[in-house]
Amino acid sequence: MKNTITKTIAKYHKDKTRLMDILIDTQEELGYIPKEAISQIAEDLHMSEVDVEQTISFYHFFSFQPTGKYSIYLNNSVVAVMMGRKEVASTFEQELGIKFGQVTADGLAGLFETSCIGMNDQEPAAIINNMVFTRLTPFRVKEIVRDIKEGKPVVDMFRASFGDGKNASELIRSVVSNNIRKIGPVLDPFYKPGEAIKKIIKMKPEEVIEEIKRSSIRGRGGAGFPTGLKWEFCRKIEADKKYIFCNADEGEPGTFKDRVILTELPRLIMEGMVVAGYAVGATEGILYIRFEYKYLERYLENILQKAREKNYLGKDIGGKKGFNFDIRIQFGAGAYVCGEESALIESAEGKRGEPRDRPPFPVRRGYFDMPTVVNNVETLCSAVKVILNGGEWYKSFGTTESTGTKLLSISGDCRFPGVYEVDWGFSINDMLEMVGAVNSEVQAVQVGGPSGALIGPNEFNRILGYEDLATGGSLIIFGKHRDLLTDVVLNFTEFFIEESCGSCSTCRIVPTILMKKLKKILNARGVAQDIEDMTEWGKILRASRCGLGQTAANPILSSIKNFRHLYEEKVQKNKTFDSGFDLNAAVLESCEATNRIPNI
Amino acid sequence: MSKPIVATTSLAGCFGCHMSVLDIDDRILELIELVEFNKSPINDIKKFTKKCDIGLIEGGCANSENVHVLKDFREHCKILISLGECAIMGGLPAMRNGIPVRECLEEAYLNGLTVAGNTGKIIPNDPELPMLLDKVYPCHEVVKIDYFLPGCPPRADLIWDALVALITGDEMKLPYEVIKFD
Ligand SMILES: Cc1cc2nc3c(=O)[nH]c(=O)nc-3n(C[C@H](O)[C@H](O)[C@H](O)COP(=O)(O)O)c2cc1C
Ligand code: SF4
Ligand code: SF4
Repeated sequence: MKNTITKTIAKYHKDKTRLMDILIDTQEELGYIPKEAISQIAEDLHMSEVDVEQTISFYHFFSFQPTGKYSIYLNNSVVAVMMGRKEVASTFEQELGIKFGQVTADGLAGLFETSCIGMNDQEPAAIINNMVFTRLTPFRVKEIVRDIKEGKPVVDMFRASFGDGKNASELIRSVVSNNIRKIGPVLDPFYKPGEAIKKIIKMKPEEVIEEIKRSSIRGRGGAGFPTGLKWEFCRKIEADKKYIFCNADEGEPGTFKDRVILTELPRLIMEGMVVAGYAVGATEGILYIRFEYKYLERYLENILQKAREKNYLGKDIGGKKGFNFDIRIQFGAGAYVCGEESALIESAEGKRGEPRDRPPFPVRRGYFDMPTVVNNVETLCSAVKVILNGGEWYKSFGTTESTGTKLLSISGDCRFPGVYEVDWGFSINDMLEMVGAVNSEVQAVQVGGPSGALIGPNEFNRILGYEDLATGGSLIIFGKHRDLLTDVVLNFTEFFIEESCGSCSTCRIVPTILMKKLKKILNARGVAQDIEDMTEWGKILRASRCGLGQTAANPILSSIKNFRHLYEEKVQKNKTFDSGFDLNAAVLESCEATNRIPNI
Repeated sequence: MSKPIVATTSLAGCFGCHMSVLDIDDRILELIELVEFNKSPINDIKKFTKKCDIGLIEGGCANSENVHVLKDFREHCKILISLGECAIMGGLPAMRNGIPVRECLEEAYLNGLTVAGNTGKIIPNDPELPMLLDKVYPCHEVVKIDYFLPGCPPRADLIWDALVALITGDEMKLPYEVIKFD
């Protein structure tokens, strides 16, 4: 073990800011990060052991205990549950003879839960030793467990065909499907890599920024900040070094469009980073990808290498003297909050992914305190198209306030879940028709993931756009037969509780209090006042440091706003107060421990 | 008008909050002019003899007995006040909340360093004993609480001011010194 770790540390030049990579490799080699490994890493990197431990403890896919030769992480997102996760989960438990959170006695397999893994259009899905298994059924689970017991490597476990497009290529060989249903300027399959680079090297960086500004394109990661302005800010700050981050952390439940771009158009992403680098004067790019997409690593590294060979990356790009830019890939290790731009940077520096206080914003003080542009995958891809065709052309798509197109990740109760590129300004009604959902059977649509809004049929004429329903592109459709409060609102609230980084007392505490109230109402112990309390108390969350906490009450608040009757049906009519306390349940544990019969 | 009736109790608390009530010093003479005491450790009345106006609760609920007493208070008192950190948040006793009850009991009666003489390896389980709850609950998670007086213990002046305000119906004065955190 000592040698393996020494090698790993050497691979990353004993650089403690690469702690994430060192830990990812160690976890992969050993199946966990044992005490001795922590000591050795701490010593070699000249860090304290607790500093190493605090990074480990932050991320879902790092573990202090063995996670099994086969580590199975079954997604527990809303859509997974809708598509039959329960049976899949219990089959895993039965076949392996363990419960979730446990490892088999012989150390062969470990079974764990995990938040949305970006496969909403092909649920239920699981990650086993970094490979993704989609559309699981009890039958398929039995096959998988049989293979595990035979000791087959995960790559040999696929029986059925591989996924579409590049998923089947030699360096990926995954069962994941792209499900691209509608293409537009960004997903255009006739894209020729390198054209934009050839074009910009004939322009001044300021002209590139002007063109981006002319397009009025805004960030696609959710917050919608004007991209041209962001680049201009960064350009204007004097600094020795600047960085471009491409945010491919894609953790908002229900989004998976960045995964599809990473699979089908990685060169477009890289070109977008190069364009951004040229515009702001950055020399290094970091493509931060969520751990769940690790199965794309070899494929992406290979493409980076090819780009270097073609001089699209490296020194004097495209023959332009002094235009130097290279990209490295940084994987996360399982933490939704790392998608927040300052947490993303912290994580890439090898630390816990806790958001920073802002301001200063990353454009001023980002990676290693240097000016840093963080952009979503789709933003950078769109920027390339703006450069190729002009800002005016780009504005011919979409609406005045929301120019261009948007990639939507659509899942849930519809015939054709998948990725759709549409003009901004598309209405929910049109969207439902497009994806083969029968309008009269749709109860609700979640727009923008858990942090967005849950809307009902009376609002289906609203449009997607910054001026109305702003969204990072996640749309989840719920049929009439779904129990919105239990299956959706509770699940989303638990997601935020699980993913909170814990820095702010508001975000650490209030969502749990709200969840307890919600559970009380679901257990028929709620009263009308509880609905008022949740509405009022949810407001406290606005004081949180980052968007996660600020929106953590949205599932509850927006369902109270738009589906109030679901709550009112469940509260007790004849009572004004009920604490929900259950003495019988509360004494059960101690009576079992002392062998007593409860006598209340 | 007859004097308002006050009752007090200590659940899972350390009696520090009651000490703080006594800390109002000579104002205690004024207090017994203002109010009549019913069930309370201060006068050692063990059972409610009539309906009360104000109930002061020290401590949270750690066992079934605490819950019964608290519910009894709710039934007998018009206004219930959570007095001090333990009643409001569970306080020090709630430090066991992260540990399974079985482990707590085993530590206390079997494995703890200071355990001596328990040769029979017995965890007390006489039916007469109150049953421990799975965790220590703040009072408002069990019954409706009307007011909260924070502090560990709340200062005597705060208790005094709150009682006087309640009895006279005047608004309570809350100057900055009283609500600041440090
Ligand atoms: C909790 C949280 C998670 C986020 N996750 C992502 C993400 O996965 N991908 C992303 O591009 N932006 C995400 N963002 C938004 C980023 O902070 C940032 O605004 C964005 O990456 C900027 O790029 P853009 O201007 O191109 O949209 C997240 C924000 C928050 C608060
Ligand atoms: S709001 Fe939540 S996730 Fe964001 S910094 Fe605060 S505790 Fe962390
Ligand atoms: S709040 Fe403090 S003084 Fe009052 S019972 Fe609890 S520990 Fe004792």
